[in-house]
Amino acid sequence: MSFMQQTLALGRPDAADRPRRPRWRAPVHGVELAWALAFIAPYVAVFLAFVLYPIGYGLWMGRSPSLYAELAQDPRYLQTVVNTALFVGIGVNLKLFLALLLSGFFMRRRRWIKAVLAIFILPWALPAIPAFLSIHWMLIGERGLLDGLLETLFGVGGPIWFNHRWLALGCNIAAYLWKWLPFWTVILIAARMAIPQELLEAADIDGATGMRRFLHVTFPLLANVYLVCTLLSTIWTLGDFTTVYYVSGGAPSRSSEVLSIIGVRYAFDVARPSLGVAAALSALPVLIPIVIVLMRRIQTRGVQL
Amino acid sequence: MSVALAPGRRPRRPHYRLRQAFVEAASVLLGAVLVIWSLLPVYNMLLIALDAEGDTEYAGIIWPPEPSFESFKAIWTEDYWYLEHFWHQFANSLYIGLATMALTVLIGSLASFAVGRTRLRKGWLLTDAALLTYVIPASFVVIPFHRIIHSYGLTDNLIAVVAAEVAFATPFAILILQQYGRLIPVELDEAARVDGASPVQIYWRIYLPLMAPALAAVGTYALLLAWGEYLYQWLLLSSTRSMTVAVAIEQFFDSDEAPWNYMMAVAIVYALPPIVIFYGLRRYMAAGLTRGGVKG
Repeated sequence: MSFMQQTLALGRPDAADRPRRPRWRAPVHGVELAWALAFIAPYVAVFLAFVLYPIGYGLWMGRSPSLYAELAQDPRYLQTVVNTALFVGIGVNLKLFLALLLSGFFMRRRRWIKAVLAIFILPWALPAIPAFLSIHWMLIGERGLLDGLLETLFGVGGPIWFNHRWLALGCNIAAYLWKWLPFWTVILIAARMAIPQELLEAADIDGATGMRRFLHVTFPLLANVYLVCTLLSTIWTLGDFTTVYYVSGGAPSRSSEVLSIIGVRYAFDVARPSLGVAAALSALPVLIPIVIVLMRRIQTRGVQL
Repeated sequence: MSVALAPGRRPRRPHYRLRQAFVEAASVLLGAVLVIWSLLPVYNMLLIALDAEGDTEYAGIIWPPEPSFESFKAIWTEDYWYLEHFWHQFANSLYIGLATMALTVLIGSLASFAVGRTRLRKGWLLTDAALLTYVIPASFVVIPFHRIIHSYGLTDNLIAVVAAEVAFATPFAILILQQYGRLIPVELDEAARVDGASPVQIYWRIYLPLMAPALAAVGTYALLLAWGEYLYQWLLLSSTRSMTVAVAIEQFFDSDEAPWNYMMAVAIVYALPPIVIFYGLRRYMAAGLTRGGVKG
């Protein structure tokens, strides 16, 4: 950093003739502009070729209204919509609520709690496919590991998990929680750490401890991060293909499938790509408002991460 | 109860201690539950992989009776029908994962540098546009993407998968990098500029080193995304030459022999590289996610 010390010693030669306008208003000139454009060029290229073009192409493929009429008449599609709403609605909210509580637990300064955290984040590090395959084998059949444990430890015969639609849906949500809870817990731990210690101490002195401190001090400060996390996570979960595909595989008889799977099935099993695209696009009325709110939130407040 | 306690305020102290003990006991219990919850599927993997026959999942056992490393040996020597090309597939997965990681870090950091650190007007437009990527989730775009890859002439090419992963990882990377970049004082850039440093030098010598924790976090995120992704790899890669482990592992379901021990052994071997990288970079990532060492 010697250049910085030099500058400090010599003063800034051009400080006098530079207009004192806010930095972001100052116009960008020649070389600098060229560099800035060169820096964003790779991303712009990726965005145009692999995001904008596919999305535009998808919109064009799903442009015919008759496709949506056809979807509305397919009982399987309607069932899938219900599954998706439950999977996303319960999964995301339960996950973030638990993450909020657990982040408080992991803030306690104990050595053994640090060790628990190191183990707790293992599911995040574990790639999704091996993890979900293992969970699949844990639950499948009459005597997977979980039923084996129930039998040995408690003498209870567990259910056949994938033989019932709601049970299978519950298993999918549990597997989803297992995989993604650690990531969001870590994010919320980071957000909690960003809260100035003085605020919490002031609350303590005023007698707000425990539940009250959480409700009136911690949570209001986390609210924005919590909202952004919920929105981002809703978007990602709506498009989650792997969890349901590997854990229940749609069992029993495709009754626990979600939207992202049925789209692919229409396109590649029945060879109706446009119908598949239409099934995916039918989630747009939910997705577009979320993305708009997300953009505004991130712009105006910023997210601490 | 408050009436009973009213005369002397004394009983508060033992009460308090009791409460402390209760909280302590509850948190130990919670810790134990979390550890079991997190490790159970991992244990299940080992249980099945160490079984010689590969049918424990139907036997209801909770402990491997005769642990055998036969399945891992078979992977090492590729000594089984489904494992014939394992190391080649592994190399393909590694190529996709590392390329995605490197490109996401490079492209993301360049873009967030341009938006956050140069006086580019309307730079925020780029961040917003990047978020547009998430209007339609990746698994929904896969159908048009599949067709477009044909028209690009990238059918059955690993680059197509890398492109898809990078396209979906970079917006989140830009978001994180921009937030983190705000913690690095702009004065540093200005001082360097005054000394005649070009934007490339500022990017390379100042921005990147100071952003290291955030870059580690973003790189790991991209790697895990690519490593855990199945749909694009399955649809875009078809030949034996370009197949990845993620796709190959699914083929075990087609077998009549129920080689589940091989399948789980493959799953364990496949899970190792990201775990090593993840725990190796964890120190940096924790810093990247929690404000880091740079303070303005």
